[in-house]
Amino acid sequence: MKVGLFIPCYVDALFPEVGMASLKLLRHLGVEVVYPQGQTCCGQPMANGGFEKQATHLARKFEDKFGNFDYVVAPSVSCTAFVRHNYPSLIKDCKVADKALDIVEFLHDVLKVKGPLGRFPHRVSIHNSCHGVRELGLSSPSEQNIPKFNKIRDLLQLVEGIDVVEPERPDECCGFGGLFAMEEKAVSQRMGCDKISRHAATGAEYVTGPDSSCLMQLSASAERLGLDIKCKHVVEILASGL
Amino acid sequence: MSTFHSKSAKSFLKDEKYSSWHDKTFWSVRQKRDAMAEKLDEWEQLREKASRIKLHTLSHLDKYLEEFSGNAEKNGVKVHWAADAAEFNEIVFGILSSHGVKKLVKSKSMLTEECEMNPYLEARGIEVVETDLGERIIQLKGQKPSHIVMPAIHLNHDDVGELFERKGISDQPGNHDPSYLTYMARLSLRGEFLSADAGMTGANFGIAATGDIVVCTNEGNADMSTSLPKLQISAIGLEKIIPDYASLAVFQRMLCRAGTGQPSTTYTSHFRKARCEDGEMHIILVDNGRSDWLADPAHREILKCIRCGSCMNTCPVYRRSGGYSYSYFIPGPIGINLGMLRSARQHSGNLSACTLCRSCETVCPVKIGLAEQIYSWRQSLSGLGTFNRSKKLMSDAMSLVFNHQGLYDAATGAESVMNIVPRDWMPFGLRFPRKPFHKLVKEDDK
Ligand code: SF4
Repeated sequence: MKVGLFIPCYVDALFPEVGMASLKLLRHLGVEVVYPQGQTCCGQPMANGGFEKQATHLARKFEDKFGNFDYVVAPSVSCTAFVRHNYPSLIKDCKVADKALDIVEFLHDVLKVKGPLGRFPHRVSIHNSCHGVRELGLSSPSEQNIPKFNKIRDLLQLVEGIDVVEPERPDECCGFGGLFAMEEKAVSQRMGCDKISRHAATGAEYVTGPDSSCLMQLSASAERLGLDIKCKHVVEILASGL
Repeated sequence: MSTFHSKSAKSFLKDEKYSSWHDKTFWSVRQKRDAMAEKLDEWEQLREKASRIKLHTLSHLDKYLEEFSGNAEKNGVKVHWAADAAEFNEIVFGILSSHGVKKLVKSKSMLTEECEMNPYLEARGIEVVETDLGERIIQLKGQKPSHIVMPAIHLNHDDVGELFERKGISDQPGNHDPSYLTYMARLSLRGEFLSADAGMTGANFGIAATGDIVVCTNEGNADMSTSLPKLQISAIGLEKIIPDYASLAVFQRMLCRAGTGQPSTTYTSHFRKARCEDGEMHIILVDNGRSDWLADPAHREILKCIRCGSCMNTCPVYRRSGGYSYSYFIPGPIGINLGMLRSARQHSGNLSACTLCRSCETVCPVKIGLAEQIYSWRQSLSGLGTFNRSKKLMSDAMSLVFNHQGLYDAATGAESVMNIVPRDWMPFGLRFPRKPFHKLVKEDDK
């Protein structure tokens, strides 16, 4: 099994530690993982803002880089969802769409990790990112009457010493939404502050989630409100101490 | 790069106490809806079924419309067809004036709102009295609904108390007790019902197999509006036709659970014929753009909507910006879409009001891809000439950088991602790491 690691542009530039943790974790689990150099952005920010056409070049480039892997794994639900759901309509004979998995899905559904993972003796509140919940099915959406599950929780529970909680309104949006944060600054900031307050109300020391863009919004909101709560991507917690 | 919605939302949010109240109020409706959905094991199957019934009916709409109007006529109802709002208003006025009607009582109808019927009739000397309590309140206040199911929810009991004092509806100044105010509203409406010459209803459903108009209310006001005057008019949009009672049973189980979190509306009234020998019942079937939307494969599924309002209640942006922050008279996810269908040029300023969180689609009892449609409208903005220039410039810049490895390396390496990541996105404390991942990993591999 050959796995290509996809590190989205903003993770590459702003959260390299999330990329490093992904590599460490996958290697620890014995996965043959390659990071193809020369990757940039999947095109999602432009497309969500209304410029999907500009994403087409990037989709082609992505297909070239990753077309030959068995799986393309990324520590980002929104980019994974974009590749999986939008690429088939952007480029002909798209191969990567079906192979693209968020790292939580890959660990939970493909590797079926049962293992002990890292150690993280803290109370951690799960941030269920919208695209994880409603596009990739990482957890049961609160709107639906289906059996309850949460793949992020399942994985976190393999970490030693951890105390996992979820906030009230467990899958309400954090208000980031890419270009939304710029166009609708007031609403976006309010959503961020509301969300981080609910995380903080659980008594958690950390918020964790499958998407650094949500976590970026949440840490900005924590700072705005002067809340003492930190954000860490779920792979960092799973890999902690390995 | 502010839009119509973002500007109004910003001022809405200035009042923190009120905006928090607004958010919590609608969230609690969402929670009631969740509790109802959880009690029905078959909820998700019902959603699927409801969606399919609507799709089926819409794709055979010509047949069902004929069946509906044929059956209504057999019941002695006079059926009219209105191509647009202007024709609708003319037909209503024609019926009313030929009967010498001076006062019309009506139950809630988003369609008459859409056609701006009230001001049209009032300008021609006909008094129109809304009889749904919420609608009556905003009519007296000269406002528009801020929500399709709870039109006056933005007002509190003091607002209503003071309004009723000014209008002479309540007789105890300072008494703003909701039960008292409701009682006084009922007394005053009773007088209106008794003195009205005609009654009007909207329609939640039209049943093709029987010709019934089905109206769901909690106050029984549709029944009062139609059982006192001898002349009844019901206005119904083309898309409200469903095949039969079996399909009604599906929607009936969902509409109110989804909308207000009650198992059912208090009243589900079927109107089939004039209430007495010398009475008359008219049904006006209104197109007003619907057949064009039906012909548009990209957006036709919007016509599945049963106007339950639950996409508004769940929308994190609606809850934090209120109904008046949207330029179209229907707010929230469904309103963004309906506004674009009505006039893309006029209402594209609402498209920003969506994070694409997709809660609306997941809540919607008829499974409309509301966010998907908003996404696709955004793609067509530049074609409409209404796109945002600075947003486009930024998107161009991103695409340039991302398409050229050299530029990308320069941007990330020189810590000048600021060129592509807007300052607003940067959390205060976020510092650029010394090296991007793609450089770290190279060193790691050495
Ligand atoms: S779009 Fe769906 S959720 Fe929104 S009002 Fe219509 S039926 Fe209800």
